[in-house]
Amino acid sequence: MAYEYLDHEADVGIRASGATFEEALAEGARAMFGVMTDLNQVGRSEEVVIHCQAGDLAALFVECLNELLFQSDTRHLLFADFQVTRLTHSGAGYELEGVAHGEPLDAARHDLCTEVKAATYAGLKYEVGDGRHVLQCVLDV
Amino acid sequence: MGKTIQVSDQLRVVQTEPYIWEIPPHGEMRVPGRIYGDQTTVDHLVEDVQAGKSWNALVQIVNVACLPGIQRASLAMADIHPGYGFPIGGVGAFDFDEGVISMAGIGYDINCGVRTMRTNLSRAEIEPKKEDLANALYRTVPAGLGSTGDIKLSLKEVDKVLEKGAEFAVERGYGFAEDLEYVEERGRIAGADPDTVSKKAKEREFNQVGTLGSGNHYLEVQWVEEVYAPDVADAYGLFPNQILISIHCGSRGLGHQIGTDYLKVLEAASRKYNIPIRERELVCAPITSPEGRRYLAAVNCGINCAFANRQAIAHLARRAFQDALGVRPQEIATLYEIGHNTAKVEEHDVDGHIKKLVVHRKGATRAFGPGRKELPTAYRDVGQPVLVGGTMGTCSFILHGTELAMRETFGSALHGAGRTLSRQQAKKRFWGEDVITELAGQGIVVRAHSKAGVAEEAPGAYKDVEEVVDIMHNAGIIRKVARLRPLICVKG
Repeated sequence: MAYEYLDHEADVGIRASGATFEEALAEGARAMFGVMTDLNQVGRSEEVVIHCQAGDLAALFVECLNELLFQSDTRHLLFADFQVTRLTHSGAGYELEGVAHGEPLDAARHDLCTEVKAATYAGLKYEVGDGRHVLQCVLDV
Repeated sequence: MGKTIQVSDQLRVVQTEPYIWEIPPHGEMRVPGRIYGDQTTVDHLVEDVQAGKSWNALVQIVNVACLPGIQRASLAMADIHPGYGFPIGGVGAFDFDEGVISMAGIGYDINCGVRTMRTNLSRAEIEPKKEDLANALYRTVPAGLGSTGDIKLSLKEVDKVLEKGAEFAVERGYGFAEDLEYVEERGRIAGADPDTVSKKAKEREFNQVGTLGSGNHYLEVQWVEEVYAPDVADAYGLFPNQILISIHCGSRGLGHQIGTDYLKVLEAASRKYNIPIRERELVCAPITSPEGRRYLAAVNCGINCAFANRQAIAHLARRAFQDALGVRPQEIATLYEIGHNTAKVEEHDVDGHIKKLVVHRKGATRAFGPGRKELPTAYRDVGQPVLVGGTMGTCSFILHGTELAMRETFGSALHGAGRTLSRQQAKKRFWGEDVITELAGQGIVVRAHSKAGVAEEAPGAYKDVEEVVDIMHNAGIIRKVARLRPLICVKG
């Protein structure tokens, strides 16, 4: 598992890592949905394409998580995984396109835990070292 | 006088009164920090700084004290713990013309708060039927991750929710007009402009009115275990052993999306207006700037959304009481409803001058003293009811605001117990089933949509709410009116 949960009194900190920014972000998305349910119970029948943009990569991470929350909330889906399909850099910042897989939320089949209200800039970090990309932020629950 | 703790080179905490600690201004601080707490409260805050924690509340108090237009002090109530930008338990009042509005001072769950309703039932009448009542409440009140309500809204109807607040729910048959008198702002705050709220935020509201949510949100049936101030209890309609219903929840996905949307707007505004960003979440805009005005109008929409939500849930709870016990809905009256994640335009006396301020209360309640025009007539002589939630197994409190609160804290007080264990630690230490069994042994029926959620919310994961309340009581900011014990707890 390339993500972990950090101790935070009120909420949940997540730290995700990967060989690339894209991989770390995908792990971060899994970490967030892992707060809500047991990811092993979530199928992949539905596919949702996500677009987002931000001025820097750390903010892009938060933006992407919040977009996934919006999609999950309004489409009534849980997501089991996420892949970045395109990441571009322009003068104004970064743009990301990705695809999330999941299935309709079903309280009878999914062990549901705590709803995530938002991914926040609190504790936000993007670090690269020893060939690992690490993303961190606090989720408001 | 009191003790002085040198936390770092510049940062000192000085005890100025038995329950007040000040951080003298240094660096860019415009006002002092002021913490309501005892030695333990302050020790805990200092330890976090000395351990180099990446989120700590003491530094957050200092950061808030640096914001333009802040009045009197950057305040922390006794339930202080680390938040985003502002600490939880943080209060910051800003001059309307010179000051800023900050998303961090409100949070993502705009107007998260507590509604308490009173019945004419006594504990003895409920006790034999509490399993049935718990089942009826669990069935009737949608709760938990992904739950939806019976009210389905179009985009236009969402605008009505945002403009009308609790009135909207009453118009839809959820509750009575009499309820509104006992909700802050009478359930409908002025200055809500639906055009300042994104379509995305509104889409999240399509089927979430009347849903409890998850995490620390709950619906409890409680009984009055002890009355401390009989005259005030009388004004609030409270008596020993009386059964009450309390609902803790907020503005659901719509409020969260407003927070997410405006964080970006305010980040850009901070740069535009040259306001130094000391923590990335602590972004803000001048209140009178276009960005500030739009954000305030959007926050007011979020406030109304939460009012509508609690009004709907309150009436669902009445229906459950009718189903299980045959109690007529009219026999259950609203005692009061307060928000604890808000920013509100209010008038306060600052150094002898009445000033128009925006008061941020992040994990803090209003606690107006006697005489304020905002209070319902029935409570105006005794002060505002302050509703403080405990945890599943422990007690809750009804307090009242004081004159001293008006002078010292802009009429603000604490909101809850505050956690001591993280959710991760709690899940390692407690098992949901065990917690439920243990509480059942104490006569408390828990109905939860998530067992893991119960472990995260285990009573042992929270500070002792009574200690926190006593600090504020002894400091004179609030006075205790009644202590409540849970009989039934419905969790998301």
